[in-house]
Amino acid sequence: MIRFVLSRLLQSLVALAILSVVVFILARATGDPLQLILPMSATPEDYAEARRYLGLDRPYLAQYLSFVGHAVTGDFGMSLRARRPVSELIRERLPNSLSLAAFAMSVSLAIAFPLGVLAAVKKGTGVDRAAQVIAVLGQSLPTFWVAIVLVEFVAGRLQWLPAAGNEGFSSYILPGFTLGWFVVAGMMRLLRSAMLEVLDSEYVKLARVKGVVEGKVVWVHALKNALIPVITFAGIYFAILVTTAIVVETVFAWPGIGRLAYEGISSRDFPVIQAVVLTTAAIVAVVNLGVDCLYAVIDPRIRYAR
Amino acid sequence: MPPVIEVRDLHTHLVTRWGTVKAVDGVSFTVSARETLGLVGESGSGKSMTCLSIVRLVPRPAARIVGGSVLLDGEDLLTKTEQEMQRLRGRKVGMILQDPMSSLNPVFSIGRQVREPVSMYHGLRGRALQERAAGLLASVRIPSPAERLRAFPHQLSGGMRQRVVGAMAIAAPPRLLIADEPTTSLDLTIQAQYLQLLEELQEKHGLAMIFITHNLGIVSKICDRVAVMYAGRIVEVGPVRRIFQSPAHPYTRALLESIPRLGARLGRLTAIEGQPPDLARLPTGCAFAPRCPHVMERCRAEAPPEITVAQGQVTRCWLHTPA
Amino acid sequence: MPGDTPGGGLVLAEVAAPTAPASRSRNVPYVSLGIITVFVLLAVLAPLLGLADPFNQSLRNRFKPPVWEEGGSWTHPLGTDRLGRDMLSRIVWGSRVSLAAGVLTVLVASAFGAAVGLVAGYYGGQVDTALMRMTDATMSFPVILLALILAVTVGPSFTNVVVAIAVILWARYARVIRGQVLTLMHLDFIAQARLAGAGAWRIITRHLFPNTLNTLVVLVTLQIGYVIIVEASLSFLGAGIPPPTPAWGSMIAEGREFVTSAWWVSMFPGLAILLVVLAFNLLGDWLRDTFDPKLRQL
Repeated sequence: MIRFVLSRLLQSLVALAILSVVVFILARATGDPLQLILPMSATPEDYAEARRYLGLDRPYLAQYLSFVGHAVTGDFGMSLRARRPVSELIRERLPNSLSLAAFAMSVSLAIAFPLGVLAAVKKGTGVDRAAQVIAVLGQSLPTFWVAIVLVEFVAGRLQWLPAAGNEGFSSYILPGFTLGWFVVAGMMRLLRSAMLEVLDSEYVKLARVKGVVEGKVVWVHALKNALIPVITFAGIYFAILVTTAIVVETVFAWPGIGRLAYEGISSRDFPVIQAVVLTTAAIVAVVNLGVDCLYAVIDPRIRYAR
Repeated sequence: MPPVIEVRDLHTHLVTRWGTVKAVDGVSFTVSARETLGLVGESGSGKSMTCLSIVRLVPRPAARIVGGSVLLDGEDLLTKTEQEMQRLRGRKVGMILQDPMSSLNPVFSIGRQVREPVSMYHGLRGRALQERAAGLLASVRIPSPAERLRAFPHQLSGGMRQRVVGAMAIAAPPRLLIADEPTTSLDLTIQAQYLQLLEELQEKHGLAMIFITHNLGIVSKICDRVAVMYAGRIVEVGPVRRIFQSPAHPYTRALLESIPRLGARLGRLTAIEGQPPDLARLPTGCAFAPRCPHVMERCRAEAPPEITVAQGQVTRCWLHTPA
Repeated sequence: MPGDTPGGGLVLAEVAAPTAPASRSRNVPYVSLGIITVFVLLAVLAPLLGLADPFNQSLRNRFKPPVWEEGGSWTHPLGTDRLGRDMLSRIVWGSRVSLAAGVLTVLVASAFGAAVGLVAGYYGGQVDTALMRMTDATMSFPVILLALILAVTVGPSFTNVVVAIAVILWARYARVIRGQVLTLMHLDFIAQARLAGAGAWRIITRHLFPNTLNTLVVLVTLQIGYVIIVEASLSFLGAGIPPPTPAWGSMIAEGREFVTSAWWVSMFPGLAILLVVLAFNLLGDWLRDTFDPKLRQL
């Protein structure tokens, strides 16, 4: 088991390293990176000085290593727009994003799980059909559009919930719902089809033959097996969550790193983007590692591979 | 002694996209304690569906039990509520399924799966539960049972898994044990051991046993009586020896003849003419008529009733007029 | 819960007319096919349709409502946007962008992904392990991060969108196709091909690939909708197709502040996305159920 975790950890680090190389190369290959970092009004002398100061006259490998060295200690340079260290910005905003994501995920799972199981158990009935409609719509509606509509109607016209910012619990509801919508659709669909397959299996039949109460058959015997394919996709869904989060934070003016990214794009603030990308990639890697471990916990065939 | 189980005129229908299939079409039989009834027939003859009907686990919503009665120790199972059935399954009727690879839940340990019925039926906990579970494994001849309890299904061989399934089936112990082709997926060398195990368990617990198979060789080894099924009906039933020596129904005869015998004169292998019946479109009259070498006018017109041919031997064939 | 019978007499209760199982493969999704055909035709024939110029700004004509509202007219049936550009024509021209992005990205990703999957499945062993590690790492990477970097360094463009999405998307195909190939490898006809002297290339192209086409078609259809949404999201954020090219995502972004007043600026592009994506998803579902229900996990 330990070996399993370690090898996965190694893979994540390799993936991150590759990403950092890609970022590094893109920044330098697409023209003078200084153009991305210095303000428009810089003079040629400023450029020369900045070049020396930032060590851009050193060989590429040295530059890359110092870039990585700084990144690992959290130093991403200065934001052009805000004139503050990027790491400060991130430190301020990251908790907001994480809390919103956690909220959205918990609500989504709390809805998707029972719905997915019930849809499978009551296949063909109203519950099932409703669930399928929700699933298809959830995967066909663009999140940002839903977000805009919600902001305007629920927050704007009806004034039921706050539209922007993070002012306490009620602020979480709209963005959380929008963020989780896609996940609910996907997870529920996945769980439903996994449950359908499991409920058809021989061991479930045997459990019923043994006289196990139907409730236990569904929620203990069947569900644990149905979770396996769901967890396999959990990592991917988290990646989708990240993408959706950037959009949601933008529309709802949520002070998180997603919004920071959007601001970074509009102002072509390269250090900010670079930092957001690397931080997010690191988080994604950690989450995926967690998912892999969870997978091993649930499925003994992974743990004790013969 | 009254029989442990008495099935009377059982009818189970299956709705498919090609029409309604009469999977079980008027099946009746009895099995007593310490007696083994073999249920023989081709795929689709209704053997498994009959037994699923007994425990009321027919695949919903397509399948439905539409008539008849199933008396277990005198109580009609078909009139019970689902809650009552859940209390009966496992405790009164145990079942062993065909494929040991898929019968056990892959994510739970053997111990967890064996402890479950023991705790359900006997209310044991803790150490007593653990010991009883280990004892069950020992009774099905699994070596080092205490260690095996911690193992997972994928770590066991097919033969071992089938023994575990057997252990769970007799955990109560039940009155009736239904074994649905339990040895089909096992290696030949293991098959004989498993059959022997089943016989021992039957003797020890006084079980009535229904043994489903398509292999007449196994029938001759382990069954006392045999019922031959075709297209959802029992076409012949009787003591094994009698049936093997003088089969009354042409289908039974054909089945027996199609087994190649060592030492017999070299000739062509006999096969049964024709195709298996289309269960959604059964002809009126006897279902075997299209393939029967002795078919008569009457066979096509009217389905033959149960006719007693000899002591304990009953068949559905117009060749034998009632005495 | 399954197995429940109303208490008491079983026999008669269960005799109630059983319903035949709904047969999905008979319900060809004509509506979906229709929608897709309409949009494809609109996209392909856009220049010939005699629509207003989608780039033509006219500040006098700003925010004209659609024809059925007060103040609307047939010159601009779906109204105009912030800069007075005709909505109908922008939606039609936008479909070119969305569909092109969707189809192109998916084709590139599927070609590459299928190739990887075939190779990994055929050779197995270390090749397989290595390729699958790469695939796993790629699959869980958020597309948007890559698009962001490209947008900030190279600048937003159509090519960048396709590249950014395809670079991540191929992994999904690789995984699924590899799974299929593994199943196929166990079948006898591969062994027979080998016995007949076929080499790797021949087996992969002549024997394995045709048997994965079904799955590929299903996956491709299901993914087009997803890609269209991602492209729209990127354009919405400014990291996708840059203005003034009409793209549904950026059109929605432009209309953001006017959702209650000039609702048509955001609504119609959103509706267009919904229709197209829904159509592809439903079509993909039907294809999957028809060709191979085992793919339910897609």
